[in-house]
Amino acid sequence: MTPGVNAIAQEIFGLHMTIFWICVVIGALVLGFMVFLIIKYRKKEGVDPADFDDNPKLELTWTILFAVILVGMAIPATTTMIKAYDDEEGDINILITGHQWKWQYEYMEDEVSFFSNLLTSLDARNNIAPKTENYLLEVDEPLVIPVNKRVRFLITANDVIHSWWVPDFAVKQDAIPGFINTAWTYVDEPGVYRGQCTELCGVYHGYMPIVVKAVSDSEYKDFIQGKRDLKAQQALLTEKLWETDELFAIGEEVYLKNCVACHQVNGAGIPPVFPALAGSEIVMNDKGRQVEILMEGVQGAAMQSYAEQLTEVEIAAVITYTRKAWGNDAGGDGEIVVPKEILDYKNNKL
Amino acid sequence: MSAVIEGHHDDHHHGPAKGITRWLYTTNHKDIGSLYLWFSFIMLFIGGAMAMVIRAELFEPGSQIVSPEFYNQMVTNHGLIMVFGVIMPAFVGLANWLIPMQIGAPDMALPRLNNLSFWILPAAFGVLLATFFMEGGAPNFGWTFYAPLSTEYAPPTVTYFIFAVHIMGASSIMGSINVITTILNMRAPGMTLMKMPLFVWSWLITAYLLIAVMPVLAGAVTMMLMDIHFGTSFFKAGGGGDPVLFQHIFWFFGHPEVYIMILPAFGIVSHIIETFSRKPIFGYDSMVYAIASIALLSFVVWAHHMFTVGMPIAGELFFMYSTMLIAIPTGVKVFNWLSTMFKGSLTFETPMLFAIAFVALFTIGGLSGLMLAIAPADFQYHDTYFVVAHFHYVLVPGALFSIIAAVYYWLPKWTGYMYDEFMGKTHFWLSFVSVNLTFFPMHFVGLAGMPRRIPDYAMQFADYNMIVSVGAFLFGLSQLLFLYVVLKAIIYGKKATGQVWEGAKGLEWTLDSPPAYHTFETPPNLEAGEAKG
Repeated sequence: MTPGVNAIAQEIFGLHMTIFWICVVIGALVLGFMVFLIIKYRKKEGVDPADFDDNPKLELTWTILFAVILVGMAIPATTTMIKAYDDEEGDINILITGHQWKWQYEYMEDEVSFFSNLLTSLDARNNIAPKTENYLLEVDEPLVIPVNKRVRFLITANDVIHSWWVPDFAVKQDAIPGFINTAWTYVDEPGVYRGQCTELCGVYHGYMPIVVKAVSDSEYKDFIQGKRDLKAQQALLTEKLWETDELFAIGEEVYLKNCVACHQVNGAGIPPVFPALAGSEIVMNDKGRQVEILMEGVQGAAMQSYAEQLTEVEIAAVITYTRKAWGNDAGGDGEIVVPKEILDYKNNKL
Repeated sequence: MSAVIEGHHDDHHHGPAKGITRWLYTTNHKDIGSLYLWFSFIMLFIGGAMAMVIRAELFEPGSQIVSPEFYNQMVTNHGLIMVFGVIMPAFVGLANWLIPMQIGAPDMALPRLNNLSFWILPAAFGVLLATFFMEGGAPNFGWTFYAPLSTEYAPPTVTYFIFAVHIMGASSIMGSINVITTILNMRAPGMTLMKMPLFVWSWLITAYLLIAVMPVLAGAVTMMLMDIHFGTSFFKAGGGGDPVLFQHIFWFFGHPEVYIMILPAFGIVSHIIETFSRKPIFGYDSMVYAIASIALLSFVVWAHHMFTVGMPIAGELFFMYSTMLIAIPTGVKVFNWLSTMFKGSLTFETPMLFAIAFVALFTIGGLSGLMLAIAPADFQYHDTYFVVAHFHYVLVPGALFSIIAAVYYWLPKWTGYMYDEFMGKTHFWLSFVSVNLTFFPMHFVGLAGMPRRIPDYAMQFADYNMIVSVGAFLFGLSQLLFLYVVLKAIIYGKKATGQVWEGAKGLEWTLDSPPAYHTFETPPNLEAGEAKG
């Protein structure tokens, strides 16, 4: 087990090692005694077995002995538990939302929010490309937190139950729809800490890692500022005049990152669970419905709403891409979607 | 008048019917026991094949032989089949064979119910396995089927799954009623409760557990059904429901269920150890009290499966303490078994080897269970391979080994033929080595941080996983040897005596091997003493 990078993780590690060694000693004694019995009391000619069948004093003694050992374990466990359970507000509060199959991080004070997706390529997963050191433990956008600050996590989920686990912080907290659980950490050392979702959450449960980057305070401020600038820039982009090729290129990138897991690189999907986009009537000829699906998701299916996860530009681009790719433009109306249309959709809904 | 009496008299001496109807219509506890055991044996190979697929997929990092979707179906159905289709039916089969013979009764109290509770079981598993060939695929949400993954986000086949679980539950409840009725009403004169063999005791308590919790499981799946088809929101956060409620209900069933799968094993192992130690069981009374207290405690520990759902600290501490308490009666049992061996005259036939391995490896599983009870440390263990290692240690070298030991121990009695001792021992040693090769490294890979139920893993877990897979393949193959040993005994085995084992005590050993189709039509009289066994 990892010793962890902060006081509470190290204390839990210490507790684990204490209990572990107690168990090893008990186990060794029991198994050792068993081996002794097996050798010593093997059936021999002329030696009759004893015929006692109880010894109340002895039985009482070991029952009390067990109880004493357990109390000895319960005391440190209780103190550690009380320390780990502390839901005072943090210097920084981050809302973590589990989605099938990615994490969303929202910095409550700074109104900055983004999604964190698995970075490992499909080729590496399918043994076509080589696997790197952080295979399946790498994301496109890690969660960034400052060192020497109390960071509180508010953890919830949007669809099914997930569980947010970073072993180095000794934080494992279920992300449950309709509930907000809390956990906290305090990191002394800058570094990159990795974890995974630990509650079965559907097909790609094994593919939604967690990466946390602990940085100095000034780096953290730069990071938040960068995120804010990006947000402003995106607002501008929505109003810009777009070329089809430009959208197509962005759309391809978005598609490869967000859509291929289900709909596949060639748009063929995995019917009947994940429908094909290539040759789909909606994708070819029903622009309005396609926008609606991306914005709202599909009830009762794995298709979720991307309204919050992607920017207007990205949604418009990925729709444009699917309408142009795989021969869909030839078979259908070939109309593109521009970011303004997505923005209008959002505004009309309000 | 005299003709009626004649007819009645003839009735008592008829043997089994001929052909398939013997098995379909049978109300004979021995036949039904065999049916249960063979059913469980077949399911062992089906569930085992799924485990082989899982281990092949995890042999190396990267996608190997199946898709993540199919992998989840394998994980789910492996668990469901092993729990409901292998361990539980095997114990019910043993109960059918042994309880009447051990208490000196002619049959189970409710023979027709007995027939029904067996024959709906293949139907339930037929429904479950059929989902593999339906649109959307088999259940893929884990054997614990947490909502809303198993409701709003489940494949359409979940309805068949719910139906199958209902039938399994009905089968278990009927079986339990039968066991309780038999034990309480049909003991031979003079067999007081505290003279009952420990296997009978363990089943009496297990049957009460089953009756208590199976309806809870039925309630849980019914709520799921309502959420899926009838617009309720028991577990739907969007409708004001509570996904955590599901876990509370499930584990209120689930934890007693865990003990349902181990208590009969305690009974079996006690018999085998005393027989091959040639010494009466040490601390019979405390054995009975230990089983009873484990059963009672099992109702107040359920949320230790849920330490990470965000319970208030009082809840965490309560469930931590209550769980730790279970270590006391469990420890008492282990020490009693060791004391039974102490100053005995031990021999090591195959059943004894499996029983000793049970005590040793169950102890390991028990100790890792104690570690898991420590709530703050559980934040690091929860849902990792450490948990997988723990429950496989108590279920495979625990429950399954006890069943294998029971088969070797009583097979000569049931069939009248002795198994091949050399092949039996070979089977033991292969199983013993490979079971540890499979499950021991899981402790390490879990502590290193590998979550459970993932179809692919990070590079640092690769070496251990390869060892685990090799162990699993070896263990799987070894069980084919078990099938061979059993078949060989039935077909070519040497005749066994009635006593079979030098040190065996108990009523079943006073019968011929194999016993007559109907036994103890006149109950033995135990007023003078003896019994247990």
